[in-house]
Amino acid sequence: MAETDTLISVRDVELSFGPKIIQQNVSFDLKRGSIFAVMGGSGCGKSTLLKSLIGLLPPTTGRIMVGGEDYWAQNEQRRTQINHRFGVLFQSGALWSSMTVGENVALPMEMFTSQPPDVVRKLVELKLGLVGMEQAIDLFPSEISGGMRKRAGLARAIALDPDILFFDEPSAGLDPITSARLDDLILTLRDGLGATIVIVSHELPSLFAIADDGIFLDAKTHKPIAHGSPRTLRDTSTIPEVMAFMNRSSTIPPTDETKADRHV
Amino acid sequence: MPNGGVMPFAGQDIPTPPSGSTTLSVDTTALAAWDSSFISFLWEVKQAAASTGLAFDQNGLPAPAQRLLALLPPKPAPAARHDSHKQNLLEKTGDLTLSALTETGIATSLAAETTLGAVHALHGKSRMRTKDLITDLWNAGPNALLIVGVVNFLIGAILAFVGLVELRRFAAEIYVTNLVGIACAREISAIMTAIIMAGRTGGAYAARISTMLGNEEIDALQVFGIPISGYILLPAILSLSLMMPLLYLYGTLIGILGGFVVSMSMMDVSPVGYWISTINGVELKEFGFGFVKAFFFGSFIALAACRVGLMAGRSAADVGIAATRAVVIGIVGIIAMDAVFAVMANALGI
Repeated sequence: MAETDTLISVRDVELSFGPKIIQQNVSFDLKRGSIFAVMGGSGCGKSTLLKSLIGLLPPTTGRIMVGGEDYWAQNEQRRTQINHRFGVLFQSGALWSSMTVGENVALPMEMFTSQPPDVVRKLVELKLGLVGMEQAIDLFPSEISGGMRKRAGLARAIALDPDILFFDEPSAGLDPITSARLDDLILTLRDGLGATIVIVSHELPSLFAIADDGIFLDAKTHKPIAHGSPRTLRDTSTIPEVMAFMNRSSTIPPTDETKADRHV
Repeated sequence: MPNGGVMPFAGQDIPTPPSGSTTLSVDTTALAAWDSSFISFLWEVKQAAASTGLAFDQNGLPAPAQRLLALLPPKPAPAARHDSHKQNLLEKTGDLTLSALTETGIATSLAAETTLGAVHALHGKSRMRTKDLITDLWNAGPNALLIVGVVNFLIGAILAFVGLVELRRFAAEIYVTNLVGIACAREISAIMTAIIMAGRTGGAYAARISTMLGNEEIDALQVFGIPISGYILLPAILSLSLMMPLLYLYGTLIGILGGFVVSMSMMDVSPVGYWISTINGVELKEFGFGFVKAFFFGSFIALAACRVGLMAGRSAADVGIAATRAVVIGIVGIIAMDAVFAVMANALGI
């Protein structure tokens, strides 16, 4: 695979559930080493877009190119191979509840590498150590707190040394301190592992702190309405919805459209 | 505020304002305390004022009430409808047919994948975790012994009781051994055990899988490319398919024991005589027939439960719905399958 600067390029993607369009005309490039934020209000389709990037929901139209390959045109086997370049941290951590934290991290390695068990154990300790969770290796997900579950989920996400990490609402449900620590951890891992990161969030402090590129999805028009880093958008955007979002203002400067939409 | 104060114009037309008046104001000087019903009253009055062309003067109202009133739109918007369009009979029939066909296809491919997984497991190439299989085997087998035993014992006892009362009239009491033995071995134990397992284990499978779905655990498996069929479904389906025939055998023996206990108290025959009569009356093929049926019942329950769990929604209510559906589909399916088996056995002369 040629070393290019664009890891994923999304072109004119439309996402929908049956006749209900979630987002359309979504296009962006994910640059190597960047932290890309998918922003937007609740219900605008951020998580749905993420699902189509990681292979859980095919887009209705459009193409998603991963490393020069049309991701959704590949067969399932090839997609699974491509997926091993991805590490995903789900909103709730999504640890497999019937397994211990250690087994959660070990399972992908046991399945897709041919390492002997003692090496796998060492690697699991390493990954858990990176997220500060090595003491929880033999605990079950139900025995640890929400913040710990996310960190363990992060350890599992980096189990196969992926070069693109996806985070779905990493700070959702975490207190500000835990959330800030998770941000630091994400930055450290990015620098340490050389990974590229896609982060779905509406947590402004997190976005300003870490993201350097991004896309803003609008729930009303079902289209992206701004591209750029959250900081730039906050400082320079003139689009009312984006300004309101970035400045945590509850009143969007009224337009005819927003008035008409009030009770829809 | 007296009851009914919320509806200023309940059941009546809005009174016409005195001619020449332009504003409607509310005098609240005597008002000591108020709650939401006051705001509801005011909102109604405000709408009435607007409809008769009067301006609504809210200066006389307490300040918090004014603020709350300002939050409300001039008129309540019509409640949003679920976006579903009405289907006519033809469309409904078509939809049902298509979904039934799709469902059959999915369930068949699920069954095929699981069988393939089982074959792989026999060759030692399975990706299933032994630990999961052992947990599931334990839950579907030894853990169910008590309830399967109790139910089958009582069924055997009831059969013997009813049989004895009727057979006594023909002086054919000894045939109660055949009645209990054949009924249990051929039909009742297999069906009762399957119904118990559909409620107990089928429901649990569906609830477990749909919870995993809601928890994004299935998504996580899919992203890693870990096959769900081999990983979640195989241990579940394998353990119920393997355990059901064994539970059936156990249930039959306990059922016959139940019949024996009742017969001993109501009938004049020696214990040894009862067992000899049972052994003479019940052929081994009856057990074979029940054994095979039990295997298919177990596979069906587990497969249906897993499928229902996988297609469930992602909320807490959906977990309940999935568990209920798995049990209902399991029980109805077992009885339908039993009818098919009966017809086949009749045709084959078993």
